[in-house]
Amino acid sequence: MGPVTRRDLFLGAARSAGLLLLGGTACDAERPKAGALGLMERFNERLERALFDPTRLAPELPASAQTDPEQFPAYKIGPDYPEAPAGWGLRVGGLVKRPLLLSLEDLRRLPRTRTRVRHHCVEGWSAVAAWDGVRLSEVARLAGAAPQARYVEFRSFEPGYFSSWDVESALHPQTILAYGMNGDDLAMEYGAPLRLYSAVKLGYKMVKYLAEVNFLPVRTGGYWEDQGYEWFAGV
Amino acid sequence: MPRRAQPWPIRLTHWVNLVALGVMAGSGLQILVAYPFLGARGAPYRWYPLQGVAPPAFLALGGWLAGARHLHFAVAWLFAANALGYAAYLAASGEWRRRLFSPRRDARHAWQTLLHELRLRREPPPPAGLYNGLQRLTYSAVVLLAPLSVLSGLALWKPVQLPRLTALLGGWDAARAVHLLVLAALAAFAVVHLIQVARHPRTLVDMTAGGPDRPEGAPWGR
Repeated sequence: MGPVTRRDLFLGAARSAGLLLLGGTACDAERPKAGALGLMERFNERLERALFDPTRLAPELPASAQTDPEQFPAYKIGPDYPEAPAGWGLRVGGLVKRPLLLSLEDLRRLPRTRTRVRHHCVEGWSAVAAWDGVRLSEVARLAGAAPQARYVEFRSFEPGYFSSWDVESALHPQTILAYGMNGDDLAMEYGAPLRLYSAVKLGYKMVKYLAEVNFLPVRTGGYWEDQGYEWFAGV
Repeated sequence: MPRRAQPWPIRLTHWVNLVALGVMAGSGLQILVAYPFLGARGAPYRWYPLQGVAPPAFLALGGWLAGARHLHFAVAWLFAANALGYAAYLAASGEWRRRLFSPRRDARHAWQTLLHELRLRREPPPPAGLYNGLQRLTYSAVVLLAPLSVLSGLALWKPVQLPRLTALLGGWDAARAVHLLVLAALAAFAVVHLIQVARHPRTLVDMTAGGPDRPEGAPWGR
């Protein structure tokens, strides 16, 4: 081997810098969907979907387990809680035989389901409330959702607020379009007039201020998911 | 048959564990920052003294909640696979005999060592094999904490899909407390472990280079 030249030193330094950069992008918590972390999220998702049992119910809890309503957090993504547009109705579309536009009265006339389960927030807290509404599976049946619709997208009338779900979780018997909470009408802080509620997902997947439900052949992202939170987020 | 103090599978899994556990602890603390309370909303645990106290930023890893969660759920596999590899080696090689605590053999020795370490007993305990009774007791306890951290973590991850595990741990919020208490116990162990390594630097050399061949059960480092 000859003496070390300036060129060698330069190439060595460049190689080290490149490796560092590669290592950085491969495992960069600022961008968790990219590189090795993104790869692991997709690996975990496959396992989570295999683990998910569409017939397994979360335990329904007694009224005594209910969290003091004052203590149940209400989050908003903008500076204010959004107000429903005049003449609000829920649009059900995508891969369906019969696109629907459902008013709150229409939804209330459909079979009513109450679910009182533990709510798991990505932040690490849990709380319990009773939610009244109609199963999404019921709405999917009414609209005639096609079997090719492997994903369901929920869109809010609040701009940019949406989430997409795997169809199995969306059609779970404890996934409902909720218009009531703890026996009252849904309050604005919790997503009035209509929000998604489910026992099988983390809280951030449950879109509030619903405007649209779309049955889709592909997944879209979501407000929280596109920022870096896990897409599947099942519990 | 003579065997090195620290055979290579022990050394490998030890150092991999240091990295994996470090990332798990740091990202776990970053996740805790998002809600530094224990107990459900409206029902915080009274016994927990650090309600509302976020862990210090220099201990947290991952920068933000989603980043830390991705790190945590990615490196969890490395941690678990490494732990399984370690357990399999311990069982297959028979190394568990000179490393793990056996009450009949080690209880008395552990007690004597503890008293001696606390300066409550002048006379040193009789020379032991690779590890003394107190070391065996401590290492065995730490080895038992690993499955507890994984199981409580699984319950936090999938409380609805793993209902029996979650119920066994006392529910979701209790599992979260268990998960954090395991970390506290491991951190306490790490502090004592580092002090002991500083007092006996030879052990660090052996854990890295393997150490000399020594007959089974020969007294340690004399």
